[in-house]
Amino acid sequence: MSEAFPNDQLEAVARTIAELREADAVRLTQFKVELLGRKNGRLTQILRSLSTLPPDERRAVGQRANQLKREVEEAIAAREKELHTGAKSGVAADLSMPGRQVWRGAIHPVTAVIDEICEIFRELGFSRVTGPEVETEEYNFTKLNIPLDHPAADMQDTFYLSPGVLLRTHTSPVQARTMERYKPPIRIVVPGMVYRRDAFDASHSPVFAQIEGLAVDEGITFVEFKAALDYFAKRFFSPDTTVRFRPSYFPFTEPSAEVEVQCQMCKGGGCATCQYTGFLEIMGAGMVHPAVLENCGIDPERYSGYAFGMGPERITMLRYGIPDIRMLFENDMRFLQQFAE
Amino acid sequence: MNVSINWLSALLDIKLDPDDVAHKLAMLGAPVEAIEPVHQNLAGIIIVEVERVEQHPNADRLTLCHVNNGTEVVEVVCGATNVQAGKKYPYAAMGTVLPGGLEIKGRKIRGIRSNGMLCSASELELGTDHEGILELDTDAPAGTPLLDALPIGDFCLHVEVTPNRPDLLCHKGVARDLGAVLRRPVKLPPIPGDPGDSHAPVQTKKSGVVGGVEVTLEDVEGCPRYLAAVIEGVTVGPSPDWLQARLRSIGQRPINNVVDATNYMLFEVNQPMHAFDRAKLRGPKIIIRRGGESETLTLLDGEERTVDSTVTAICDAEHPVAIGGVMGGRDSEVSQQTTDVVLECAYFDAKRIRATRKAMKMSTEASYRFERGTDLQGMADAIQRAVRLIIAVAGGTEAGPPVDLYPKPVKTPAIFLRPERVAHLLGVEISQKDIEGYLTSLGFAAGPKNGRLAVHVPGWRPDVAREEDLIEEIARLRGYDSFPTEMRPLRPSSVPSDMAQVTEARVRRVLTALGLNEARTLSLGPAQGKEAQAVLNPLSTEEAYLRTDLIAGLIRSAERNWAVRERNIRLFEVGSVFHAKDGGGMPVEGRHVAGVITGARRPPHWSDGGKYVDFDRWDVKSLFEEAVQAVGAHGTVLEEEGRWVLRDGNGELCGWADEVDADRPAWAARLFGFELDAVAAPKPLIRFQSLPVTPPVERDLALLLPAEVTARQVEEVVARRGGKLLESTRLFDEFRGKDMKGRSVAWRLVFRSPDRTLRDKDVDVVLRRILEELKERLGVERREA
Ligand SMILES: [Zn+2]
Repeated sequence: MSEAFPNDQLEAVARTIAELREADAVRLTQFKVELLGRKNGRLTQILRSLSTLPPDERRAVGQRANQLKREVEEAIAAREKELHTGAKSGVAADLSMPGRQVWRGAIHPVTAVIDEICEIFRELGFSRVTGPEVETEEYNFTKLNIPLDHPAADMQDTFYLSPGVLLRTHTSPVQARTMERYKPPIRIVVPGMVYRRDAFDASHSPVFAQIEGLAVDEGITFVEFKAALDYFAKRFFSPDTTVRFRPSYFPFTEPSAEVEVQCQMCKGGGCATCQYTGFLEIMGAGMVHPAVLENCGIDPERYSGYAFGMGPERITMLRYGIPDIRMLFENDMRFLQQFAE
Repeated sequence: MNVSINWLSALLDIKLDPDDVAHKLAMLGAPVEAIEPVHQNLAGIIIVEVERVEQHPNADRLTLCHVNNGTEVVEVVCGATNVQAGKKYPYAAMGTVLPGGLEIKGRKIRGIRSNGMLCSASELELGTDHEGILELDTDAPAGTPLLDALPIGDFCLHVEVTPNRPDLLCHKGVARDLGAVLRRPVKLPPIPGDPGDSHAPVQTKKSGVVGGVEVTLEDVEGCPRYLAAVIEGVTVGPSPDWLQARLRSIGQRPINNVVDATNYMLFEVNQPMHAFDRAKLRGPKIIIRRGGESETLTLLDGEERTVDSTVTAICDAEHPVAIGGVMGGRDSEVSQQTTDVVLECAYFDAKRIRATRKAMKMSTEASYRFERGTDLQGMADAIQRAVRLIIAVAGGTEAGPPVDLYPKPVKTPAIFLRPERVAHLLGVEISQKDIEGYLTSLGFAAGPKNGRLAVHVPGWRPDVAREEDLIEEIARLRGYDSFPTEMRPLRPSSVPSDMAQVTEARVRRVLTALGLNEARTLSLGPAQGKEAQAVLNPLSTEEAYLRTDLIAGLIRSAERNWAVRERNIRLFEVGSVFHAKDGGGMPVEGRHVAGVITGARRPPHWSDGGKYVDFDRWDVKSLFEEAVQAVGAHGTVLEEEGRWVLRDGNGELCGWADEVDADRPAWAARLFGFELDAVAAPKPLIRFQSLPVTPPVERDLALLLPAEVTARQVEEVVARRGGKLLESTRLFDEFRGKDMKGRSVAWRLVFRSPDRTLRDKDVDVVLRRILEELKERLGVERREA
């Protein structure tokens, strides 16, 4: 494309200055003729054509052109000196020297893991929703079949803001909120922050992320429950991952299960990470307790479902071999930068 | 819960392997956190009989023992003085490694070769006595391995028990689950020295007499059932070895034979019991009632506690003597002088115990179990076994049949299980015969009734209350791994995805592309002004409030990076913030995005000639504008009091960008930050605009701006007067001369008409209009060259 306008032509000249500063002797001579040549030099031509411009423009273009001419002359002189004074003289540009870089930012590894998990469940028809971090006892406990006067409530030590109002101890309240608002088929994953009254140490944080999942529809069985979580584990870890389901207890599921995958570190042989069991717990899960369905106005005779909850920090630590959960909250540039893509 | 492999083996009458047990328990829902060997390091020690003891010929303080090790007689030099001929001792042969790691080597002591070593209790970690050699009271012949003769070699499993399974808090319960998969019945092991029988308790309503003690149950709500027995003429002293070994194997310290017997019952059948010294009970009476006005009790732990009306108190004729279900009192406890024992076997209400335990801030083995629910049906058997056990280990006789105060016997109704419901939930057909088999193996009684299965739940399973609970038992015993993993057709979710998540993902994408790293800071922190919502029960003052903004956490993160000598910091966060409401109630929760930048604007390059260009305020302005656009917020970034702000339609502040204060080391660059509400309307659809076919006309405009005039004011005039022909405006230069009154600012204007080629004079007309208004309204004039 021809540069029809003097301003564009000037900018084009300006852009060549950087190139000029690295030119070898031969190219430098070419530049001299190309830009400042008495007959056809680009700047020469522009300056010569000033008189054809409207008076307003003439002034601005003239200024700029003269300024550029000075810069070009200086740059040529500097480069000639450089080439003349030895070290660089006549040597071709050293292409092994580093290129010019830009800063690259990284998504936090925990966010990346959350996104990846939600994406996998999207393949299984789960939509992604959120809910409030400040909750009531009713939604955090009662509706989920956790009576406050039962030891099950002690499984999660709770931060209170005022009587009956608390920081949610899990993302499970969103189960109840969703079931009250929508009719089955329900399939949701719920990432979010949760709170437990645990002191900050290498494996505990008082604030951490959780991903809740819930599927409720007609005819959902234990077999489908296992299949869905098995699919997830194989997609997230690797297709040959062994997945194990162990009986467990959560007040809001029945039957309840602890889902474990073969230890990624030792491939099942037993190591310190898996406490020599060969397996790592990745989530708590189970078939939705009929009392929870009832509490949310869903008929448990007609509908059934499954639910699960997992800790993205823990999974992130396993995946990348991060030894201390606190590193995930320190925001050390040297740490975060490792996850830039 | 600590579980002894020996104890389990006795209950199932089979030799169990600890690793196998751990695996089976894990797959039954009670994972084992650790397997701790108990005295397994004594495997090399054997029992020897000393045949002759003589003085060491070369040392006064040493003896020379002739020791029969079962195959030959060897000479052992010994430093202790208690060794006698004809008695048996533990012996470590040459090559044996002692528990402390010492390997026994044959060596000469004062000229005589010692073949191995006789061991003290402390050398074997069986006690603290290191003076004398441990004398063994055993019938085992010389040469028998020590662990075969003494019941001390064991494995202790640390079993994780979920709160719904109180029955697994005892060996019988664990053995029952294990027996169900091993297909072995559970039988309580015989008691050495068992008197053989005891009286069956006599069930009455609210009062009864046993061994001269009048027992009255007043607080039926707090204590639905109370049994008491009296054993007269006991001799309080140390328990026999087998009982001590049982308790030690699970980490319990033996106290005396009577107390050890009650503890044994606790860990065998999950029935907490308590023994009182009858002589210390005024009356002698036991009254189960609520605490009263200003009553107190000094407990076994030496602490004095108030016993108010929320507490179920066990009292004698005058005062409380125990806090029911939690702990006994100091004054009525069994001591060396005790001859007559009153044995309590009670069921306390779980909620009452929980409230008392929380109020008193103390948890005991007993309260832990009552809070989860003990076996209301198994109490008569438990007290009978306990009586026999006490007589076996402490002597004495039972003073008549125990009383059993049970005013309102509880009948648990049958649960009806529909076989088709099992298949409906589990997705696999399981035959009725198999279902019955699984349930009866756990002690449930099941029989068909009207096409369903009527199931009676045993007293030790208070967690099983409805059909689904039984279905879980079936799945658990069949084994979760035995179910296939088979995907079924599925219907898509009726729940729409949350648009805020889409917005936040876009913000993250934009800001990382601009070189910022995503940070995650804690949403709990120190106080941040009076809008901050306080936590009622914080862990520390440093984490006592919910954050009201993200910038404070990001500044702390920047400071932490400076502390590790990092100069170039670019961070952003997307997260929740909270504002307390006046007068309490739920705080208002919002989502924000914030960022901080400091240090080099670009990674330094060799061609820069070592010159750094650091971020300045213009970088944070554009970053802020990028964030505003990514969020999709309405409104323009405006200048206010030396910083940039974003206000919504109501004029409410919803974002800002500025230089921020921080604890900055001298070598660090300035820190800039921004914060913005992340909740915004969805982004409007982008509409395509047709590409121009006519050429543009460019004009540069250098203007002299008086001091008080802003570029924005100029641009507003330019835009308005430029009309349709003005395509774009770009500010490209500012110049401030020493002698100038204001400053010179230059714009490049591009003019274009969509349907014709503009001529210079067309543009001149527009330019003149612009310059006229600029001069008139703002006093702005064109700068002369
Ligand atoms: Zn491992």
